[in-house]
Amino acid sequence: MQLSREDLLEAYRRMKIIRDFEDFLHDEIAKGEIAGFTHLYAGQEAVAVGVCEHLTDDDKIVSTHRGHGHCLAKGCDVEGMMKEIWGSREGLCKGKGGSMHIADIDKGMLGANGIVGAGAPIAVGAAIAAKIDGKDENGNLKVSIAFSGDGACNQGTTFEAMNMAVVTKAPAIFVFENNHYSEHTGFEYAVGTDKDIASRAEAFGMKVWRADGTDFSAVHDTMREVLEYVRAGNGPAAVEFDTERFYGHFEGDPQRYRAKGELDRIRAERDCIKKFRETVTEAKLLEGEELDKIDAEVASRIEKAVESARKAERPTAEDVLVDVYIDY
Amino acid sequence: MARKMYRDAVRDTIFEEMKRDPNVVVLGEDVVGGMGTAGGPEAIGGIWSTSGGFYEAFGPDRVIDTPISESAIVGAAGGLALSGKRPIAELMFADFIGVSLDQIWNQIAKFRYMFGGKTKCPAIIRCIYGAGYNAAAQHSQSPHAILTGMPGLKVVMPSTPADVAGLMRQAIREDDPVIFMEHKALYGMKGEVHDDPDYTIPFGHARLTRAGQDVTILATGMMVGMAEGAADKLAADGIGADVIDLRTTSPLDEEAILDSVEVTGRLVIVDEAPPRCSLATDLAAIVANKAFASLKAPIEMVTAPHTPIPFARELESAYLPNPDKIEAAVRKALAYN
Ligand SMILES: Cc1ncc(C[n+]2csc(CCOP(=O)(O)OP(=O)(O)O)c2C)c(N)n1
Ligand SMILES: [Mg+2]
Repeated sequence: MQLSREDLLEAYRRMKIIRDFEDFLHDEIAKGEIAGFTHLYAGQEAVAVGVCEHLTDDDKIVSTHRGHGHCLAKGCDVEGMMKEIWGSREGLCKGKGGSMHIADIDKGMLGANGIVGAGAPIAVGAAIAAKIDGKDENGNLKVSIAFSGDGACNQGTTFEAMNMAVVTKAPAIFVFENNHYSEHTGFEYAVGTDKDIASRAEAFGMKVWRADGTDFSAVHDTMREVLEYVRAGNGPAAVEFDTERFYGHFEGDPQRYRAKGELDRIRAERDCIKKFRETVTEAKLLEGEELDKIDAEVASRIEKAVESARKAERPTAEDVLVDVYIDY
Repeated sequence: MARKMYRDAVRDTIFEEMKRDPNVVVLGEDVVGGMGTAGGPEAIGGIWSTSGGFYEAFGPDRVIDTPISESAIVGAAGGLALSGKRPIAELMFADFIGVSLDQIWNQIAKFRYMFGGKTKCPAIIRCIYGAGYNAAAQHSQSPHAILTGMPGLKVVMPSTPADVAGLMRQAIREDDPVIFMEHKALYGMKGEVHDDPDYTIPFGHARLTRAGQDVTILATGMMVGMAEGAADKLAADGIGADVIDLRTTSPLDEEAILDSVEVTGRLVIVDEAPPRCSLATDLAAIVANKAFASLKAPIEMVTAPHTPIPFARELESAYLPNPDKIEAAVRKALAYN
């Protein structure tokens, strides 16, 4: 790992924010406090953080229905997100969107998305815009990243977007998070290309990478290479990260499709946060105590966000009519 | 008669028809569930529990669990239908017609006409639609108007378990493409369902669910129960309403609508969708054109507003029609003279 102490601490903090955010939501949803469909990102934190740590607010990402992690990694406000998920008028999207539609354009976060496969074409558009805007003084392009699941990679829109990115040489990066399931279906059934998603991108003419998505340093190092390549103007690229989701597809999913003991096993062996902790403490890059301190600090931050979301102002019937258009 | 849930009426009717006719084929995302997993097939049996046991009974050729590919799902239904099969494709959420629109609009709906009547296209597209789950702008919509407006498609919107059974069986035996709209908030509704394995409800026959002399209320799907709620309240005040459940929006039972309006002279249309270019405006235009002389008051429409569907609980309930809004519209129509 080639990161400074500060960067390592920040990466850990971000991953921990996502984990606690989702763990808290898991409990709150069970209590019936939160409306709608919520898809938790816990387990996949190393991907969102390992990717987004390389980005600035001017780089764009387009997310999925499982978007909390991408939003938090891209710098969306924790309280604003929590309030949105609670449906408050103080939420990031004023309670209009909820969990599946969180967006923060100023942060370069162009939206979670309820339509599987809808994100990749949007990311290509943002990448074309970055290409039009051109390189900065260091010769680097801004980039646009499409996060997609192993399920979304079967959608025609994803295929079209990949080809169009190649044809337009847009600085787009297709990040495939293979968590082995799309809802209740195993990816080995639904993905026809011999258990492999990256090879599809390769077939479209893109340079591709593959890495263990539960290993933060593997994600971070891979993305450094990918970003160097794409920012330099070589056209799009794709990465497949092998990862795990720790909760059900949505909250309330009985997960009968899992093997016996699977959740215990992946939580024991494939927990990206646990692995990060072990790696950095064993290598004496960070002390256990300073990580404990972050744990405590993050937990209280999330608790506070939940408290503030609970008390935040509720929307009213008049709000329904606002923001359909700019001028009426 | 057997008492069962709306969702079980969907499941049982398809199951019985699959037993009867080997050409009936089911396809969609997670319609089996658990494919390629340790839990194995039927770990889930469909995300809405409307296809439990299908895979075990009829196998992978007739119960096709698909990747997330709505264009291919609907298009394949078209190809199956042109090849002698009777496909029932499931769009897990009606909102996903957006992804598959070309295959519905430019292909399936038009085959018969474009090919000079040389073919039939007995495909069913099941669309699970409607609000009430706080599922926000992309998982709550009621897109029946655009589908009703497509020549070539038949559009069915059952409001009770009994109607699900009769209309689904009819849909499966129809030779035209059918959009079968199942309201997700009605899935748990219980009611009596006919046992007769040949019980069908012909399309284009509305159902009078409440009878009265003072006002006509038109509704479909979840709106029917709301209209009945309003009618029952009004009845206590001595106001009589005809509540007409259209059952199918294409074909449309114009006669039932016009006959009722000729008696009542007042019309309230309830529609879960936004108001522009909608089912409500379509029905209003038909009545204004064909029963103008009978009308004693302007036609009232209780619809969603011209907005996407908001997420927050308060916002979604403000967005949706409800019995109070329907009652107010009836009173407004009655107050006019
Ligand atoms: C167009 C469309 N089809 C189907 C769905 C229903 N759906 C939501 S998430 C999902 C599975 C997505 O799987 P994947 O892309 O692997 O993402 P993951 O849930 O694993 O993060 C499905 C089928 C949807 N939201 N949009
Ligand atoms: Mg997945």
